[in-house]
Amino acid sequence: MTTGAVALPARKVDETSRSATPEDRGPRGHTKVGWLFAAPFLTLYVLFLIGPVLIGAVISLFNTTTVTPGLGTWVGLSNYADVLSSGDFWASMWHSVLFTLLTTPLLLLLPLLFAILASRMARGQWFYRLAFFAPFVVPSAAVCLIFAFMYTPETGLISNVFGWVGLTPPDFFGSTSGAWFAVTLLTLWWTFGFNFILYTAAIQEISEEVYEAAAIDGAGPWQQIRSITIPLLRPTMSLVLILQVLASLKVFDQIYILLAGGPNYSTRPVIQYIFDTGFTSYRGGYAAAATLVYFVILVTVSVLWLLIRRRTAGPQSA
Amino acid sequence: MSTAAVTPTATVHPPRRRGSADRNDASSTAFNRLAATCVTLFALIWLIPFAWAFITSLRANDDIAANPTAFWSGGFSFAAYTSAWESSPLGSWYVNSFIISTLAVIFTVLICSMVAFALVHLDFRGKAAVFAVILAGLMLPTEALILPQFMEFRALGLLGTYWAIVLPGVALPVAVFVFHSFIKGIPVALVEAARIDGASWWRIYSQIVMPLCRPAISAVAILTFITSWNAFLWPLLVLTQTKSQTIPVGLSSLVGGAAIQYAETMASAVLGILPLLAVFLLLQRQIAQGVANTGIK
Repeated sequence: MTTGAVALPARKVDETSRSATPEDRGPRGHTKVGWLFAAPFLTLYVLFLIGPVLIGAVISLFNTTTVTPGLGTWVGLSNYADVLSSGDFWASMWHSVLFTLLTTPLLLLLPLLFAILASRMARGQWFYRLAFFAPFVVPSAAVCLIFAFMYTPETGLISNVFGWVGLTPPDFFGSTSGAWFAVTLLTLWWTFGFNFILYTAAIQEISEEVYEAAAIDGAGPWQQIRSITIPLLRPTMSLVLILQVLASLKVFDQIYILLAGGPNYSTRPVIQYIFDTGFTSYRGGYAAAATLVYFVILVTVSVLWLLIRRRTAGPQSA
Repeated sequence: MSTAAVTPTATVHPPRRRGSADRNDASSTAFNRLAATCVTLFALIWLIPFAWAFITSLRANDDIAANPTAFWSGGFSFAAYTSAWESSPLGSWYVNSFIISTLAVIFTVLICSMVAFALVHLDFRGKAAVFAVILAGLMLPTEALILPQFMEFRALGLLGTYWAIVLPGVALPVAVFVFHSFIKGIPVALVEAARIDGASWWRIYSQIVMPLCRPAISAVAILTFITSWNAFLWPLLVLTQTKSQTIPVGLSSLVGGAAIQYAETMASAVLGILPLLAVFLLLQRQIAQGVANTGIK
């Protein structure tokens, strides 16, 4: 059914535009064909991006359940009042924020450092790209399978590494701090390469002449990095920062698969909270209200970033 | 003809060769040598989880339990792969993942390039509004919307189908902007000449513009394929039958399962990694460029 819906406008485009002659290229001359080209995209965009926002807004005003069809009865804004006064909701919100605070500095600075060092190598770039970026194409579930095995007490590699350097490994699955350590390390390994690639690309944009001029002036490698590379990478760092913050606030996969939000919900991120209330407790209306509160927070973060960037960097884009 | 001439974004940079103007003094050389050691060491550490999973998958379970960190303790075998393949429907998961990702790629490339083409070459009433709406879409955190999305698909009766997985992702604002900036780099003269020859807009789009967009198509296609193949949360909700699941969802059910079946679990993980890793090894450069050009996450 959808194939038809997508193919149909295309065929119509062909017919209408064939009858059009080159002379009717007025400013308004392409309205019909323009909309036909945009129609498949806009249809799906409205249905599946705008649609859920509106549906969520409506459901959040009813005591809808996810087991039976239908809206249920009107409850006004009481779902929102419940969400905003729920300790569990704010706890899970805090877990998402804490995850962001734990991972973002590492994922902002470590890839930067290694991208700068790797870019100084004349050969072997492919190897660094391979080693750092390959984890990014691995499904989260496979990453969690491997890390869960490496975190296993006694038999796991990482548990043993702690022993080799004379430390007691933390309880990766049973203690909250151990669990955060486990998730942070896994995330660092998994997503490091993405930022590494962004930095590497930006470093290659820097003109060779700048470095040559600096070298002639007697700047050593460390001075070159500090006074040329890093300042010129500031826009990229700002881009990486916002991508990182937005992606981290949406964390779900690793925490859910590796820890199921445990121990005792102490790492449960907000998406899992919505998932649990909506699909395990079947409180659709309530979960929709939580969704919208969360949604507004995320949109606020990106809009704030846009405003800050516009003020500091001027009209040029990152 | 050379596509490089109309490539505004995708440029291949040779690795920088330093040293011509660098004063080849001792401190510079020492610094570079230290840097090389650090990066290489770090890169090797990054490869350990892959190596570890692979080696474990070849060992015997009782041997792993007895000597957990020994790399070699007599004899490797592929037995774990056979039993991993037999104990879970990996075959069906591969097929599902492949069909879903392929459909996602086809639809994303088609509809996003069409709207981008319209935005560049067609002057239509409401164009500015369409552009603004798509731009705003860049900021919509769609992953947050699983619950209302689920309700919508249940109402449409599409739960449990491939369409439920494919459709929500294909109207991808980032992809529109990749195509938009690329199509803008194609000389207008080509399009105008075709118009004078009486070619329809559909023909201009499909036979002139799209063939010139190959780098943009491959960037969007590869990244859509990876994203779609690795998607977890939405498929987890929508595909509830074990046999209809995708690789990530199916594999996640093995985490924390049989704790003693180390080799078999790692064999499943390796099998889950292999297809995309193969794609990655083949298309390393394009994937890296695609990421650099779009910043999709």
